[in-house]
Amino acid sequence: MENAMLIDSGSSGAHAKIGITLTINGEKREIEVAPWTTLLDLLRERLDLTGTKKGCDHGQCGACTVLVNGTRINSCLALAVMKDGAEITTVEGLAGMAQRQGTNTLHPIQEAFVEHDAFQCGYCTPGQLCSSVGLMNEGHAKTREEIREAMSGNICRCGAYTNIIDAIEDVMQGAAR
Amino acid sequence: MNRFDYVRPTTVAEAIQALGSDASARFIAGGTNLVDLMKYNVEKPGRLIDITRLPLGGIAEHEGGLRIGTLVSNADLAYDARIQTRYPLLSSALLAGASAQLRNAASTGGNLNQRTRCYYFYDEGTPCNKREPGSGCPAIGGVNRIHAIFGASEACIATNPSDMCVALAALEATVQVTGPDGDRAIAFADYHRLPGDDPSKDNSLKPGEIVLSVDLPARDYGQHHTYLKLRDRLSYAFALVSVAAALELDGRTIKTARLALGGVAHKPWRNVEAEALLQGKPATRESFQAAADLIVAEAKPQSENGFKIELARRAIVRGLEQAAAGTPQNQSDKRIQ
Repeated sequence: MENAMLIDSGSSGAHAKIGITLTINGEKREIEVAPWTTLLDLLRERLDLTGTKKGCDHGQCGACTVLVNGTRINSCLALAVMKDGAEITTVEGLAGMAQRQGTNTLHPIQEAFVEHDAFQCGYCTPGQLCSSVGLMNEGHAKTREEIREAMSGNICRCGAYTNIIDAIEDVMQGAAR
Repeated sequence: MNRFDYVRPTTVAEAIQALGSDASARFIAGGTNLVDLMKYNVEKPGRLIDITRLPLGGIAEHEGGLRIGTLVSNADLAYDARIQTRYPLLSSALLAGASAQLRNAASTGGNLNQRTRCYYFYDEGTPCNKREPGSGCPAIGGVNRIHAIFGASEACIATNPSDMCVALAALEATVQVTGPDGDRAIAFADYHRLPGDDPSKDNSLKPGEIVLSVDLPARDYGQHHTYLKLRDRLSYAFALVSVAAALELDGRTIKTARLALGGVAHKPWRNVEAEALLQGKPATRESFQAAADLIVAEAKPQSENGFKIELARRAIVRGLEQAAAGTPQNQSDKRIQ
């Protein structure tokens, strides 16, 4: 009740932790978080979902990209407490999403990244994958140029960009067939 | 990041009450700028008021134009069918900015109120009159390639980083706010301010006020417009110079011209004399050059950003040519036609 009061009344709860509910990769979780915990730190440090990477921690590199209610965002700039009630999908959840939908063991975008050699060191890859799924959910990017532009929030220091775009195009064309 | 209280009101009245007279309290929506500034200890709020549950979303018809709720995300705004059809200049400017992830999170009101990206403002190890009034401005005579060439002061040469706001300035939007003293409407040109001797204030919001909506007037410049953004790389970078150009033509004669520049001042930069100069003139390169010359005549360079003056002059001419030809800058295919 103390936490509910903090939210409802605006009274100071001496920086009390706040109870929130998140559905993470299909699993409903009730969690108590300090309000200054980012979604990224919650995933990595509290929930052991270390697939999501911390790169710049300032919204510039895209390594921390996750899907919130199907929409891609930088989890490093999101306070977990503000996402109360949301559905979160991380890279760990992409395969499960595909399995629930049909036969694949990996999400089609993961298979395409393997097929097209779309990574080298792999550090940016979880963010690239979630961003790719977000891009396809959005449905705005149609041409190769538009895909490139819409993926510009994900930096790859190994320079696998060409193959990343190939992989996304492949999946988009497969979905269109 | 510092420790803070968190509250999540569900009505505007509760939100204003939660802000109260606490100067350290901040509203938060997308958080893409505020959380970043908190990580740099530039912002140290004692209380965050999460406004994402307030009924301030949605885009609605309003007096022949559109009313954009303060919580509408930059992505939802850019891809809204009414915005794309009737106010393509605004859609284009939004898509020229940030990344897809950031546009999904960032709100309209947050974009309006985002802080400068001046290096010294972000670095708490250096003085900055905007962050710490009276401490000085090391950007003057320092690393100032990205800084202002118009309207700067002895106290501050920072620029407003928004693309959206450059388009809203050209479209002559209105910002609707409310606060302890009630509702008021602020003309877009009066919303952001020049630094003067108080660069800590970016805009004309009074203490306790909150942005409710941004209202677009009926005049949409849907036919002749462009948002031309020039920067160090082709995507996901702030403007060195940007131009929002909007024209109404009668044949080849300019009936109305609106022009706003980004990346060059503490606010979207307009020169109404140059706009007036274009009125009634033929939509030709000569007319556009005359307007550009008038605008850059009052530019004042810093030690490292003199290149912006010629860049702005050429961008103005090119932007007006794109607008007149009805060939707005494509934000995916970056070639400048």
